[in-house]
Amino acid sequence: MITAPPPEKTTPNYLNHQHGLKSWLLTGDHKRIGILYLISVTMFFALGGLFAALIRLELTTPAGDLLESNQYNKVFTMHGVLMVFFFLIPSIPATLGNFLIPMMIGAKDLAFPKINLLSWYIYVLGGIFTLYVLLTGGIDTGWTFYTPFSTSYSNGYVIAAGLGIFINGFSSILTGLNFIVTIHRMRAPGLTWFRLPLFVWAHYATAAIMILGTPVVAVTLFLVVLERGFHIGFFDPAYGGDPVLFQHLFWFYSHPAVYIMVLPSMGVVSEVISTFSSKKPFGYTFIAFSSVAIAVFGFLVWGHHLFVAGQSIYAGLVFSVLSYIVAIPSAVKVFNWAATMYKGQVRLETPMLYSLGFIGLFTIGGLTGLFLASFGMNVHLTDTYFVVAHFHYTMVGGALLGYLSGIHFWWPKIFGRMYSQVWSKVSAALVFVGFNLTFFPQFLLGYMGMPRRYHVYPPEFQVFNVLSSAGASVLALGLLLPAIYLTWSLKYGEVASANPWGATGLEWQTSSPPIAENFEVTPVVTTEAYDYSTQQEVVHVG
Amino acid sequence: MTMEPKSFQLFPESASNFAPSVDGLYTYMVVVSAFFSLLVGFLIVYFAVKYRKKPGQGIPAPINDHSIGSMILEITWSVIPLALSLVMFAWGASIVFHESRPPADAINIYVTGKRWMWKIQHMEGAREINELHVPVGKNIRLTMTSEDVIHDFFVPAFRTKADVLPGRYTTEWFQPTKIGDYHIFCAEYCGTKHSGMIGWVHVLSAEDYDKWLAQGSGEGSMAEQGESLFNQLGCGNCHVKGGHGRAPNLYGAFGTKVDLSDGTSVRFDESYTRESIIYPQAKIVAGYDRIMPTFKGLISDEGMLKLIEYIKSLGDPNGVVPGKTLTSEPSDIQKSGQMAVPMSEEKPQAANKSTASAGTSANAGRQQ
Repeated sequence: MITAPPPEKTTPNYLNHQHGLKSWLLTGDHKRIGILYLISVTMFFALGGLFAALIRLELTTPAGDLLESNQYNKVFTMHGVLMVFFFLIPSIPATLGNFLIPMMIGAKDLAFPKINLLSWYIYVLGGIFTLYVLLTGGIDTGWTFYTPFSTSYSNGYVIAAGLGIFINGFSSILTGLNFIVTIHRMRAPGLTWFRLPLFVWAHYATAAIMILGTPVVAVTLFLVVLERGFHIGFFDPAYGGDPVLFQHLFWFYSHPAVYIMVLPSMGVVSEVISTFSSKKPFGYTFIAFSSVAIAVFGFLVWGHHLFVAGQSIYAGLVFSVLSYIVAIPSAVKVFNWAATMYKGQVRLETPMLYSLGFIGLFTIGGLTGLFLASFGMNVHLTDTYFVVAHFHYTMVGGALLGYLSGIHFWWPKIFGRMYSQVWSKVSAALVFVGFNLTFFPQFLLGYMGMPRRYHVYPPEFQVFNVLSSAGASVLALGLLLPAIYLTWSLKYGEVASANPWGATGLEWQTSSPPIAENFEVTPVVTTEAYDYSTQQEVVHVG
Repeated sequence: MTMEPKSFQLFPESASNFAPSVDGLYTYMVVVSAFFSLLVGFLIVYFAVKYRKKPGQGIPAPINDHSIGSMILEITWSVIPLALSLVMFAWGASIVFHESRPPADAINIYVTGKRWMWKIQHMEGAREINELHVPVGKNIRLTMTSEDVIHDFFVPAFRTKADVLPGRYTTEWFQPTKIGDYHIFCAEYCGTKHSGMIGWVHVLSAEDYDKWLAQGSGEGSMAEQGESLFNQLGCGNCHVKGGHGRAPNLYGAFGTKVDLSDGTSVRFDESYTRESIIYPQAKIVAGYDRIMPTFKGLISDEGMLKLIEYIKSLGDPNGVVPGKTLTSEPSDIQKSGQMAVPMSEEKPQAANKSTASAGTSANAGRQQ
C-alpha cells in the first residue's frame, strides 16, 4: 500500500530551510517550537505511562507484593504530576495549537515568537526540576499536594516538585497570552470572528483559563514551599493555618485546568468531524459559545471537590447546582457533533475514528460527572475509584483521544507524510477497547467503596482490578503502535498532498509541510468557515 | 469477623438509613446516563453507516439550512438535560440535608484519626482501635478530629463519609440498620500506610451492645476522665460554678450563644471549646479580662475530647455532674441549647472563651 518514495529535499519548507541543532534551539518559528513541544510532551507521556503500568501491575493482586507502600505512593504521585502538568495541560495547545493557530488565521507566526520559545524553555526547566525529584527519591503527596500532609508530614521532595510546577505554570501563562494576542491582532483580512475555525475558538477559551487560573495554582504551590521550607503558617493548623484553604486555592485552578485539557480536544474534534463529514459543523455558533461558557462557568465550580472536606452545606449546594450548569455546554457540543454527521458524507479515516471514540468516552465521562456533582451522591463516591474512572474518562478518553485524533489529522500537514492507514485504524480500535476495559470496571469498584490511592485492598475488589489491569495492557499496545508507525512514516511514509483529507481550513491551502513563512501571500478570506462547496474532489488516501 | 468475599457485587452492603436513598438516586442516575450514552452511541453509529460516503460520490451537495443548525434542537438538547440534571441536584440536596442533621437522641462517639489508625472512644469509657461497636437501630453521631493530617472516615455500607481534620471537629451520623461487620476505610490520602488505615464497624444487637459496653475500660466515663483532667489543670480555680469567678461559668454553657467583648458572638461548640483552650486570647467573652494562659501542647487530642465531653456534661445550672446515666443524657447541641434557657440571666458573664486561628471556629460543612 505504501511505498517508500525517494526523499524529496528539493522543495524548501520549514523543516529543511535551516539545518543544525542551533537552528532548532534558537528558532522563533511557531511550527518548529510546536515540534519541540511534541517531542518533549511525548517523552513525559511515555514516562507517565510507565508509572501507570507499575500501578496497574501492583493492583493486579490485593496484597502489596510488587512495590512497598512508599514506592507505590511515589509512583502514583509521579504518574499524576507528569501526566497532568507536563502532558495533558501542554499537549494540544503547545503542540497543535502552536503549530496551527497562526496558519488557521493566515498569519506568519504567533504575535511574540521569542516569548513562544521562552515558554518552551520554561517548560523544560520545570520538567528538569520534576525529573530531579524523580531521580533523587520521589514525592509521595499525590498530584494534589493536600496540606498539611505535603507541608509538614511528607518525606518526599515537595519543595523541588512544587517549584517545578510553579515554574511550569509560567510556560502556560505565556502560551495563553501569545494565543490571545495573536487571535485578536493577526487574523487575515476577511477572517471575522465568526469565520474562525472552532479549533481557534476552543483555544481562545483555553488561553483565557490559562491566564486567569494558572497564577493561582503557581502561587498556591509557592505557599506550600514557603510553609514547608520556612514554617510560615498558611495551611497547617500547628502553625495557625487552615488546611482546607489549600483545597480551595488548589481547585480554583485545578478544576478549570480540566477544561484546559479538554477544550482543545473539543476544538480538534469539531474540525475532524466536520472534515470527515464534508459538512459545516452543526450549530457553529453554539459550539463556539459553549467553549466560552465552559471557560466562564468552569471557574465557579471548584467547591464540588470539597463537599466532604468541611465546607458549609449551603456553599456546597451552590457549587453543586453550578456544576450541573457547566455540564450543559458540554452536552450541547456532543449533540452538535452527532448532528454534524447527519446528511454528511462520512469517511471513517483514522482521525475520524479517534474523534468518534472521543465522543463516546467523553459522553460517559461527562455523564458520570453528573453523579459527582450531586452533593448527596458525592458523599459516597468521592475519593473512591469512581472518581478515578470519571476523570480518566474525561482526561484520557477526552483529552488524550482528542490529541491523538489531532496528531493523526494534521500529521500529513506537519511532516508532509502519510502513515499506515491500516495500523492506525487498528491502534484507534485498540485504544478504544483497551480504555473501556481499563476504566469501566473502576466505576463499579468505586460504588462498591474501594478508596483511591490504596496500595493494598480487600480481596473482594480483586476481580474488577484484574479486568482493569488487563484493559491497561490492551491500551498500552494501542498507544505503542502510533509511536512506531508515525516514526516510520517520517522516512518511509507516502508523500502527502497539501490537502489530503479535503478539509477547508487555511492551513490546508499551503504546502505540506508548510514553507517557513506559512503562506506565499497572505490569504484573503471571502467565504464562511467550512464551505465545502468550493472544495475540490476529495482525494482518497490509503 | 470478616465478610465473605463476594466477587460480582455491584452494590456494597446496604446497612444504614442512608443506603436505600443513596442507592435510589444512583439508580436514577445510571438509567439517565445509560439512556444518553446509548442515544449518542446509536446516533453516531447510525449516521456513520447511513451517510457513509460512497465510492465515486462527488462534491457535497450545497448546504441545507436544516442540516447545519436548528434553534429548536439546540434548545431541546439544552433544556431536557438541564431538567434531568436538576432532579439529580434536588434529590442529592435532600439526602444531604438529612445527613447534615444528626437527631437529638444520637449516641455520641468520638473518633481520632492518627497516621495510620482510628482511635475510638465511647462516652461510657470504652476505647477501641480500628474497630467501632454500635447498636443496630440507634442513631450514632461521630465527632471526629485528627492528630496530624487530613483523614476521612468512610463506611461504604453506610454510604457516608466525612473528612477528619486536624485542629477542628467534624461530624458524621448514621443509623445502622443491619447487624454485621462492615469496612471502615480512610478515604483521604494520608501517606505511607494510607491503605492500612482501615477497620471494621461491628453492628450489634441491643443486648450484645450492652454486654460489650459493660466490659468497659475501667477508666471511668469520658466525662469523668475529663473532670479529673479539668481539676488536674486547675481550670476550676477560675471557671467557678455559677459564674462568680475570674472566668466565665461553664455550667449549662455548651451549645449556647456567647457574646464576645468585640461585640460579636459565637456558638459554644466543640471547635470553639478547643480554640479557647489553645488560643485563649483570640475571643474574649464580654465582661472578662484576658487572663487565661494557653494550654497549647499540654493536652492531647484525646484529652481535649474528654474535656469537651466533661464541659458538655455540665448541663445542669446547679452543677450536678451527671454520672453513669450519661448515655441517655442528651449531648447534642439542640438539646443543650434548650437546657441553657434558665441560664440566660447569667449570660453576660458566661464563659471566658477565646479562639484564634482563622477558620477553626468556622465550623465545617456537614456537621450541623
